[in-house]
Amino acid sequence: MIRIGLPPHLRTLARVEGDVELDVAGPVTTGAVLDRLEEAYPALRGTIRDHVTQRRRPFVRFYACGKDLSHQPADAPLPEAVASGAEPLLVVGAMAGG
Amino acid sequence: MSGVRVLVGTRKGAFVLTSDGKRTRWKVDGPFFGGWEMYHVKGSPADPDRLYASQSSGWFGQQVQRSDDGGKTWNPVDNKFVYDGVPGTHQWYDGTPHPWEFKRVWHLEPSRDDPDTVYAGVEDAALFQTRDGGKSWHELSGLRGHGSGPHWQPGAGGMCLHTILLDPRGKERMFVAISAAGAFRSDDGGTSWRPINRGLRSAQIPDPEAEVGHCVHRIAMHPSRPDVLFMQKHWDVMRSDDGGGSWREVSGNLPTDFGFPIEVHAHEPETVYVFPIKSDSEHYVPDAKLRVYRSRTGGNEWEALTKGLPQQDCYVNILRDASSVDALDPCGLYFGTTGGQVYASADAGDSWTAIVRDLPAVLSVEAQTLP
Repeated sequence: MIRIGLPPHLRTLARVEGDVELDVAGPVTTGAVLDRLEEAYPALRGTIRDHVTQRRRPFVRFYACGKDLSHQPADAPLPEAVASGAEPLLVVGAMAGG
Repeated sequence: MSGVRVLVGTRKGAFVLTSDGKRTRWKVDGPFFGGWEMYHVKGSPADPDRLYASQSSGWFGQQVQRSDDGGKTWNPVDNKFVYDGVPGTHQWYDGTPHPWEFKRVWHLEPSRDDPDTVYAGVEDAALFQTRDGGKSWHELSGLRGHGSGPHWQPGAGGMCLHTILLDPRGKERMFVAISAAGAFRSDDGGTSWRPINRGLRSAQIPDPEAEVGHCVHRIAMHPSRPDVLFMQKHWDVMRSDDGGGSWREVSGNLPTDFGFPIEVHAHEPETVYVFPIKSDSEHYVPDAKLRVYRSRTGGNEWEALTKGLPQQDCYVNILRDASSVDALDPCGLYFGTTGGQVYASADAGDSWTAIVRDLPAVLSVEAQTLP
């Protein structure tokens, strides 16, 4: 079971409270987690990554286990602690704007 | 007794203001989608409880929300706006080619007779349509593809398609306006388009009378006279009597002819309202006085409407989608300011009261007349 922490606006949009928990089949990568997240919560499509290019939106970051994983390839494995559910994958809205 | 519902989009959420037909006591509901930029909220003329809302964020992109119960509950619908084919390029601010990139929906225009059909005007400028209540959107790409698209350039607010007018005589004729490209008309339901900017003169562009490149801020039409169009351009208030085939200036005695919205009285096709702003470099009302100007002669002769509006120390702006009229008698007028006030007049502009004063900056105002 993978845990995903969403920023408040996306929790509201997905109508969830707290972390989202999802089973992800196969290798646990950022891309696989987001595929599963968007499948379970279609309202999140296009909010974290672009509909067409699948690139991360500029003001969104991915953190886990105290590290910024935003720039690692979408098919790179996430840390074992995330894959095991011990630690969440955090989707973070950048501090910007007003 | 009939009533009015005023849909307000702000920088930080949407609000729904309701009143009975007297329009003296108002109920304020919201914020809906708190914290999100609500560029536009509009109801279907065919089903007043069917509402559509454009919700966007610099962080999380575009959402479109739909309500089937007059704004009590909302559900997200499709938010995938993909340009048809190879998007191509338009001009960037420095004149270099720049690829078309979707940023947000500025305006949602529901069909007059089908609640499931809606047109969306987006940035970078293009026109999209849904025919299934928002489950999917497709581009009417004849607009970008008719030939002048590579010469369009963004205005200071971005390259946005912000105005969509549907001719009430049928589904063939429609008008759109784009900053900073100009006005365009389709006579075949949005398949093909042509610029309709003859008579516009913009000193700020290399060829002041160019076919495209004009920063049109808004166009308006009375449904009983769909060949008569009124335009608030960056500078200049304009009028066309031939469906945009040619334009003439009707700024007349306005204190400044810069502004954003323009409205037509619900029952008097020659009564027009504008909201003058000091200049393109000082986006607030002139002389620190908030004044709506009304012409009962289709332009040129304008009178200031001030009763109930602040006449000192006022420095607000009224954005292009932030005004509306209802269809009651007397006609009601509404507008919102960047200072967060929404003003209403239940007597065609003779007097005004603030429904609310301290909302976030108002981006859009749409009045619905309820049965």
